[in-house]
Amino acid sequence: MLTLLKRDLAILLPGGRRGGSLLPLLFFLAVAMLYPFAVGPEPQLLARTGGGVIWVAALLAAILPLERLVAADLESGVFDQLALRGVAEEAAMSSRMIAHWLAFAPLLLIAALPASALLGLPGDKLTTLLLGLLAGTPGLAAIGLTIAALTASLRGGAALAGLMLIPLAIPILIFGAGSLARPDPSAIAFAAAISFLFVAIAPFAAAAAIRSVRDA
Amino acid sequence: MQASALTAWELFCRRGDRLLFGSLDIWVEAGGAVHLVGPNGIGKSSLLQILAGLRPSSPSDRLGAADVKRGSVAWQGRLGLLDAHCTLDEVLPLENALAFWARIDGAARSDQSAAMVRMGLSSLTDVPVRYLSTGQRKRAGFARLLIQNADHWLLDEPLNGLDIDGVALVEELIAERRAAGGAIVVASHQPIALPDAQAIDLRDHPW
Repeated sequence: MLTLLKRDLAILLPGGRRGGSLLPLLFFLAVAMLYPFAVGPEPQLLARTGGGVIWVAALLAAILPLERLVAADLESGVFDQLALRGVAEEAAMSSRMIAHWLAFAPLLLIAALPASALLGLPGDKLTTLLLGLLAGTPGLAAIGLTIAALTASLRGGAALAGLMLIPLAIPILIFGAGSLARPDPSAIAFAAAISFLFVAIAPFAAAAAIRSVRDA
Repeated sequence: MQASALTAWELFCRRGDRLLFGSLDIWVEAGGAVHLVGPNGIGKSSLLQILAGLRPSSPSDRLGAADVKRGSVAWQGRLGLLDAHCTLDEVLPLENALAFWARIDGAARSDQSAAMVRMGLSSLTDVPVRYLSTGQRKRAGFARLLIQNADHWLLDEPLNGLDIDGVALVEELIAERRAAGGAIVVASHQPIALPDAQAIDLRDHPW
């Protein structure tokens, strides 16, 4: 299991061997940088809306690695070989989900610091934002994995995956970004609850998707 | 009577609307071999996947049939599969790509280098898998299979892309595995030396 996780991480981490890159992160920072140019530099406006923009940017950054997440290994038969060795698809998918989260979320949290500086977010909002992202990103990773597994065998699956992730991510976005509007920690708790629900379901859903590709 | 290695009963296979084969029983004793033949698209690869447990046998839900047969596959021992893919990380040097499976299978470093020498790959250790030729990929796949050290092998077109030496080597490996009590199921269009093998033509087993 640890061997599996190590390989999954090596695939997905920035600078990793299979084209895992810093691109999602740069994309995230670029959005934070462009936003003040687009809406104007008034500090109140930026402080009020900046958190929401960071959330949207985080969501979009989570979409970028999806095409590398499952498709290549499905095609080359890695999951078949693992299944033959008694490694259930659920275990392989759990490992992939953890690796996916580790590869994008911690860096995203770090990048949220300069991003919030660019948007002039006050300190207490920054704390709420970071806590919210911490609660919400596991859910984004889980949804991303499920959708990547579902679309892995389709032509143009990557673009479709992005479109499918967005509606499913809305509950996390509402509560995660909503926690910035009102100083109320219960919204973060809600985001975390939804997030962990997705985390609990995702390995099973993704594993079923992979098996159904074989049955087709 | 020898011990059985594979017992499979009442296998049916349907791909979409196409009914490929049905009522197929396979029994292989330890050290035995099966040669699957039949035209393209008859379901040889699907059968290998069913035998590997990767695909369920389709239910034989003929209209009005009282007993729906679900099929069963039972192996005595561990199973290795080599299909069209060598299943090694494309960007990694061959040695590291094989090392991943060696760690998964708990094989020693020495087993891996022995397998690579055996398959004539020792000069390619630092070459990324994506630069390997078709035949070299096949050899790399066999190296992975040797490292796995499974009891029985399922081989899908094992001779594809191999040169004459490679073919002889694969036939030798199969003979060794059988001598060690392993059962081999091969789907191959190319002639392959399988002494005393059962030939199963899937055309003889219509749905």
